[in-house]
This record gives sequence, C-alpha cells and structure tokens, in this order.
Amino acid sequence: MAKIVIDGVEHEVNPDNNLLQECLSLGLDLPYFCWHPSMGSVGACRQCAVMQYRDADDKEGMLVMACMTPATDGAIISLEAEGAKSFRSDVIESLMISHPHDCPVCEEGGECHLQDMTQMSGHNYRRYDKKKRTHHNQYLGPFINHEMNRCITCYRCVRYYGDYAGGTDLSAQASHHHVYFGRHEEGVLESEFSGNLVEVCPTGVFTDKGFSENYSRKWDLQTAPSVCVGCSVGCNTTPGERYGSLRRIVNRYNSEVNGYFLCDRGRFGFDFVNNPDRLLEPVQRVDNTGELLADDQIKALIKEFKADGTIGIGSPRASNESNFALRAMVGEENFYAGYSDVEHDSMQVILELASDVAFHSPSVREIEAADAVLILGEDVTNVAPRIALALRQSVRNKAKDLAEDSRIPQWQDAAVRELAQHERSPLSILSPAVSRLDDVASDRIIESLSVVVSMGHQIANRISASAPSAAASTEHSEVIEKIAMQLKSAKRPLIIAGNSNGSDVIKAAANIARALRDGSDGPAIDLCLLVPEVNSVGMGLMASAENPLGAALEKLQSGEAKRVIVLENDLYRRAAKAAVDAALTKATKVLVLDQLPTATTANADVILPATAFSEHEATYINYEGRAQLSFQVHQCQKQAQPSWRWICDAEHVDDLVERCCNEAPGFARLREVLPGENPFVAGMKVPRQSHRYSGRTAMLANVNVHEPKQMEDKDSIMSFSMEGIPAQKDASVLASSWAPKWNSNQSISKFQDEVNGELKQGHVGCLLIERKNSSGSYFEAATELKEPSAKQLRVVFSYQIFGSDELSARSKPIQARMTDAYIGLSPQDARKRGLSHGDVATISPLGSPVVVCIRTGIKVGTAMLHCGDGNISPADFSGLIEVEKSATQTTSRGIGNLIVSDFHEEEINS
Amino acid sequence: MSQQVIASTANKARKLSAEEIAEIEHEMTLYPDKRAVGLEALKIVQKHQGWVSDESLLGISKYLDIPAADLEGVATFFNLVYRQQVGKNVILFCDSVSCWIMGCEGIKGHIKEQLAIDYGETTEDGDFTLIPVPCLGDCDRAPVMMVGPDLHRNLTPEKIDSIIKDYKSK
Repeated sequence: MAKIVIDGVEHEVNPDNNLLQECLSLGLDLPYFCWHPSMGSVGACRQCAVMQYRDADDKEGMLVMACMTPATDGAIISLEAEGAKSFRSDVIESLMISHPHDCPVCEEGGECHLQDMTQMSGHNYRRYDKKKRTHHNQYLGPFINHEMNRCITCYRCVRYYGDYAGGTDLSAQASHHHVYFGRHEEGVLESEFSGNLVEVCPTGVFTDKGFSENYSRKWDLQTAPSVCVGCSVGCNTTPGERYGSLRRIVNRYNSEVNGYFLCDRGRFGFDFVNNPDRLLEPVQRVDNTGELLADDQIKALIKEFKADGTIGIGSPRASNESNFALRAMVGEENFYAGYSDVEHDSMQVILELASDVAFHSPSVREIEAADAVLILGEDVTNVAPRIALALRQSVRNKAKDLAEDSRIPQWQDAAVRELAQHERSPLSILSPAVSRLDDVASDRIIESLSVVVSMGHQIANRISASAPSAAASTEHSEVIEKIAMQLKSAKRPLIIAGNSNGSDVIKAAANIARALRDGSDGPAIDLCLLVPEVNSVGMGLMASAENPLGAALEKLQSGEAKRVIVLENDLYRRAAKAAVDAALTKATKVLVLDQLPTATTANADVILPATAFSEHEATYINYEGRAQLSFQVHQCQKQAQPSWRWICDAEHVDDLVERCCNEAPGFARLREVLPGENPFVAGMKVPRQSHRYSGRTAMLANVNVHEPKQMEDKDSIMSFSMEGIPAQKDASVLASSWAPKWNSNQSISKFQDEVNGELKQGHVGCLLIERKNSSGSYFEAATELKEPSAKQLRVVFSYQIFGSDELSARSKPIQARMTDAYIGLSPQDARKRGLSHGDVATISPLGSPVVVCIRTGIKVGTAMLHCGDGNISPADFSGLIEVEKSATQTTSRGIGNLIVSDFHEEEINS
Repeated sequence: MSQQVIASTANKARKLSAEEIAEIEHEMTLYPDKRAVGLEALKIVQKHQGWVSDESLLGISKYLDIPAADLEGVATFFNLVYRQQVGKNVILFCDSVSCWIMGCEGIKGHIKEQLAIDYGETTEDGDFTLIPVPCLGDCDRAPVMMVGPDLHRNLTPEKIDSIIKDYKSK
C-alpha cells in the first residue's frame, strides 16, 4: 500500500494502479473517457488531468493525466486545483465541438457518460457556433445502430472490439478532424461480442437497434437483477421492461462471472418473451381444437396427474424450482432427464468430476488468469461465448509477464501490447474443424474426434506416465510433446472440453488435468467442462442417473406409464422423432408446460402457459456449479405462471428453494443465494422502478383515467413500484446502477469495493457442488472408433451462437442472423459427392434436407452438422451418416449469415 | 496462427497482378512482419493502378492477411493514398504560406479556368485531378506544384499553360 495526498487528504492506495483508477476506487469524481476498467489506460482523451506537486512546498504543480500516472507513495495531487479544473473544462469543450445537440432524440440520453462528464467538468455553455463536421453512418447489421456524428474519438470502441474482443472488421479510419470508426464497407459486424459496443461507447455512436425501435429512457424502464438464460455461463444481466414488453438487456456486473461484458446472444436474444406466439392461456385439446381451462378444471387435472402412472420430464432450460416441483410431484423415481441420452451420459461423468478434489471448475475470471490452455474438441465461441472472450484475455498473460519483467505497469495498455507484439500464452485447440478462436491459438490441430480424444490421452500420458496411453500415431508426436510441456510448466494450466459430442472428450480432458496434478496434494487443476444450457447442471443434479429420457419414452410406449408432464421442453430436439412420436401417441394424457409452441406442445393434450425468465424469480446453476438468483423483472400480462406454481402448492419461491435444499441431494447450499433481510431499509422493499420513473399516473390513461393500484409482489423483496429504498451502496439487489452525477453504466465503480473488485455487499452466486476429500482415478483410454466406409461421414454436432439455443432463436434480432440447418464438409468430401457450396443435400437415415457448406478447415471424413432451429434432432443422426444431393433445392434462410474464416473459394476472379 | 481475413469479404477481392506481387514480395523481405508491408503494398498498387479501389484494397488484404478494416485505416490516414479514382495526372497544388505570399491564388484561378475543375475534381477527359497540398518544401521557388512525380517551380499563368499542354500530349 502507498500513501498519497489528494486535495490535502491522505489516502491509502495500491501503487500498482494509476491515479485515475485509485481516485475512482476511493469514490472520488474524476471525469474520464478513454480509460475503461477492463482495458487499462492509453491517455488519449486528456480528460482526467489532475495537478501533481513535487513536495509540500510546491505551490505551482504540473498537470498530469491521472490515468497515465502511477499512484506512487508520497504523491501529492489535486483534483480541485483551478489549473486542473479549467484544463478539464477546456478539453471537454473541444471534444464537444462537433458533438450534435441531439440529446433529446439520442438513445444514450439519460445514461450517457458524455453527458455526465460534461456536467462534471463544468462545460455548461457552448461557445462554438460554426459548422460541425458530419459523417456518413454505416449499416452494421441487425444489432447495432451507427451515428458517427456523436463521436468524440476516445478510441474505446476499436480498443474494445479489436484489442479486447479480437474483432477484425472495425477500425479507426482517416485522421485529425475526420477520424471515423467503422467497417471498411457497410455490413454486419462479425464479432459475437459486438453488442458490448453499446455500453463501451461513452456516448451514442453505437446504440442497441432493437431498443431504438422500441425505445424508453433508462429511468422509465422497470428493471431487476437477472441471469441470462442463453447458455450455461449464467452471465448477469439487467433486462428492462416498459408497457408490458421487454425492451432490452444490458450487462450487470458480476466480478466472478461476466464482469463488464455479454455476448450477442445474451444481449439480443431476449425478444422471445415478446413473441406474439407466446402461450398465454391454459388450454386442453378437445377434438383438435383448443378449449380454455377454468381453474377448477385445472385443479382436477393436476389431481389426475398426481395419481400413479404419471412420469415427469424435466428441462435444462427451466429453473431449479420448476424442475424440483415436478420431481416432488411425480416422485424422484418418476422424474426423467430432459436432454438427450448422450448428454445424460456425459452429464454423469461431468458431475462425478465436479465432486473430485483433483479438479477445480474455474469461473470466467479464473479462466482469464490461465497461462496455458488446451481446448479439446469443443467450439467454445458457439457453446459458451463469454468464455471465448475470457480466453482471449488469458493469452495476454504472457504479455503481462513480459511487462512485469520490463517494469511496465499492467495498466499501460498500449505499452504492454507494443512490448509483447505477437507473444501470447499458449492456447492449443484440438478439434475436427477450425474455430473463431484460432487467430490467438498457438497450436491448432484439425483431426477427427476420435484422434482428438486419442491425442488427449497421449498428452496425459506424456505429462504423467501413470496416465493410460492411447495408441500413439507418430504424426502429431511433436505437438503432443509441446502441449504437454506447456501445460506442465504453466503456473495455472486450464483444460477445456464439453459435452457437445459425448463423454470421450471429457474423459480425455479429465485425464490430462489429473496427470497435471499427478497424485499430489497440490492445488486442484482447472478443468472447465461446458454444457449447453442455462440449467443443464441443475437438472442434471435433480435427475437420477438411472432416469435418462430414453427410459421415459420407453415407459410411455410400453404403457407402463400412462401420463406424462413435460416441463418447458421440446422433446423432438432431444430424442429421435420416431421414439417421441410413439411415446406421445401412446400416452393417455400429455401435459406440457411451456412458453412458446413447439413440436411437443402440438402433441399435447393439455398446455399450461409458463412464464419466461423475466417474468419470474428463479435460480439456475451454471457450468461451474454456481447457483445464481434471477429476480422477476415484470409481470406477465396474461395467465402464464411459473411452471412450479401450476403443479405444486408452494406459496413462494423461497419455500420451494427451502424444500429443494432439504430434499434434493446436492442443493443444500441453494438457500444462500436468496437475499437476506438486510436489503430492507425501514421495512421497505427494493423498488424495480427508478425514482425518476415517469408517467406512472398517466401511462394507462388510455384504458382508464383512474390510476390503478401498483401490483404487489408477494414473492420477492422487490416491489413493482418506485417507492422504497433503492440499492445505493448495497449491491446485492442492484439492477441498474446509478449514483449522483453518474447516470451511465460507468456508475458501477461506485458500487465496487475497488475498481474491478467485488460489489459491496453483493454476492457472486454460490458454488453448490462440494468436492470430496479423495480424488478418483484415471479413465481408460477410449478405443478408436470404426473408420467410416467410403460413402459414410462421421457426424460432429456444430453449435451456432445464433440458432442453437431454442429460446433466443425465437427472437427477431437473432433470427436475422440465423442459418438453415447445414452440413459442413471438407472440399474433398463435397467433391466426391458432387456437392457445391449452398446446395441442398439430404442426410441418411431420415433424408432430412440440409444446406451444404464447404469449408477448408474441416477434417476429411467428418461432417459438421448444425441442426438449425430444431429442424433436425441430433438423436436421429449420431454416428455415421451418408450425404447426397437433394432433388429439391429450396432453402429458407440459407447459410449466408454464417461467419467463418474458411469458406472454400474457387479461384478468385482474375 | 493467423486467419484474420474472413472469406466472405475476400470474394470481392481483385487478384493482384504479377508485377504488383513481385514488388510486394520484395518489400516483404525488408520487414519482419507482413502487416508492416501494408502501406508499401498500397503505394505499389496505386503506382500500377493510379488509385486503390475497394477491390484492390481487398486484394491486398487477402494477400497480406491484414483485415480490410485495418488496411482501410492505413489507406485513409494518408491523404495521398487515393481511395477514389483520380485522373491520369494528379496536380498537387501548394496553397501554404509561402506560395500564398507569392500569389498562388491567382495561379489556382488560372488552372481552374483552364481545366474547369476545382479542388478534389477531375477533368471530364480524365486527364487531371487537382488536390491542394500544405507544403512541398520548396518555398524559395514558390509558387510550386507537382504534377505526377514532377515538381514545377516559380509558377506563372504562362508556365501553367505549357505544363498542361505537355502533360496532355504525353
């Protein structure tokens, strides 16, 4: 710790940081633009100038940029010195010269960092009355609006998009007064993380397109702390609602999980909540038409389903509470897993490893700290996008080490990057096709899945001779040696795999991690095992290993079970079509709880409408076993209810959580995520509406001029009201951060214990799975798979960030980026079958149509199958398939939206 | 590992000519990093094509594996990399202090009259483009201008007439 004097007051600060960061950590107001807590300093905007004095006798002082000056012991600075204040005011005046006076029509207005800083710097009156420079705006795709006239050239966008997120299609162009941030031509921003530009830009150059079209000011949105349901990472979000429709999602800071950033699926994939097809009324099918159900009819139905002979099928996209309520209703032995049998098997392996003391399941922040990474067989960018963004930061640890050796502070962003050039920490990727992380990979091996698995075992064996070896091929022996050595010598190695394609890869990954620990009592090795859905792990813990989905379908087909309750699940995505058809036809009564119509609801006898993630309070468990609480944001206007409320008589979520803690093994600590009593100030609930929420008495005047009573929330410590005490310093129920003078998302620093630190009194979730004291043993090396015949190809399932997730695929902005079901083939395999890029082909055994996508970065003999938006069930096409050109060549979306680096091109036109 | 250029944009790329490639290859031997050759490659292409079209930009991007956006950043940073088509001869006309003292405004008026173009414009026959330049470093012989690679000093309206005639007949 260092002691520095700021405006005559002594403070303790961290000498490894710069003055700006330390001033903000101390809660002082110092304006800035180009600095960002996760991107360090470049000193571009000159807004954070302070006066620094040589010693106590120095009365003159000199101007320094706080973000570029280390907080060294004994430093004497002043934020309030007249020279510093007038300099800051002059800087903002020049930054504002060409900034339009369009705040009233700008989407950023009211949460604009530029507005805040302009006020703070005291630039209240515009003297410049000449012509302003203007720019053309570009079309940047369905997510982001571009309004370049508002730009103040802080360079944050390109530093985020290129340096931080690895995007290659946004750059700073031209010079001096004409500097322009855009693409080389109009077009869709290619990065999967483009949406963060909306929050990174300090003003309104990049804004949320969907939100603009259905706009409301920040203070008019009803918000609550929520958790993204797009994948298994469980990023923290703040959804905002107005007039009954969900308007947008912004990031909610969680130091352990998502930090400051979301992926585009998470940010733009919420619109399914507003989908006009939403199921909103309880209906039963009578002679092929829907008949509304009355309350007593529903009661009778539930009673009927409580009788023997009912089974329940859970859902990896439903909350713990709903899964638990179903399990409690039908009995543990009648509760079945709601994902494919392959996924069920691999989940058992994942859960076994999750309780093994040899391993640690790293949080996103811990992933960023890895200094050697091996990805085995998984396409991280498409399965758990936020983790791919974290991996891009992990490869920079080499640069940080180099900087430390040269005594360059870590926050000197440009200097650290300049020093490191192309030096990166090792990141090796072994998989059947190229991925979007390859540009930062040190080694990338494209091999069939079984060779990847075998290489994994060889790496484990090379690290520790006690690990079983696989049949060694000499082809990659050098790389195997290299990767083994990199992992062995790393301070914090990380192995990543996932269950997209069965458990063999997971077993190989676990063996490598076990070999790294090698029987020692040393620290557990980071083993990150990815699963696809928000509550895959929660449902996995809930369903018995003996109860896979296939067993449920058999039980129905054989007549052993008569009735089935399907919880928020489309079974046709989980099992072979024939098996689901047979089971649902045979069942005497099928009850489906869901939010949107699916192939399964089409075969239901009774449909009960379920609320979406923003309409109920719920807990979910992410890939690491972290339980998190997501609050209700707004009320569903129609009759949808949380699934658990239809099927059990619990009054509150809290009661169910309590029962779940006591009754479901593995959930004992779930109650820890519930907020305690402390958020209540003077007995008042935490309001979901800001103190500036406007139009409350008038917003329903078109319906009735009498102001209705505010809805009561019996479930939660939050209220549907502006009354109450908002989270000021207490961030445990913090939805939208706001602090006096800080209306933008930058106000988050007021809630952190220090910049980039944990939220004051907030909590980061709770790790549920306890590790045993003993560690397990190595898995046997898998036997090599049978080579496909000349006609056959081995299927590998390919997830897409836009399209593979069932719910976000029902959102309009996401749909604009989706593709048809397609099959990725190597040029050799395509040529052999007479297929061209964009052709429609059929795949055996069902003859389903898929679009052909010819890619140079796919292993020959492998077919990358993307199942589209539920057009194809993976369970129908596992193993070996045959592909041939289809007689009909019609497509709906095609594959034009696919962004990959390895499309096979014929010789470019000369 | 690097595979930065997304193929969908590279499809519109112009294939660089053998001469262009040979010169770019030579430059590549002088730098440790392909990215460093970006600016030289733009100059080489401009030398052969007269300007840098979108297709040429993408061609260089593909050849050097530099993202098109980055290359566009370089191309637009430098005023003398032409991203719009220019005439056969580009007149870089100095209108800085020394030339202004020596009466360059009158000379410019004469050019404007003779060629019927203003700054940033190209003659209808595509022979000349007129661009202002802040200084050519030849102030003791002001007013000065460049036409293509050649410097012309101590300009007078008569000199302008003969220069225009010379370049037209070339």
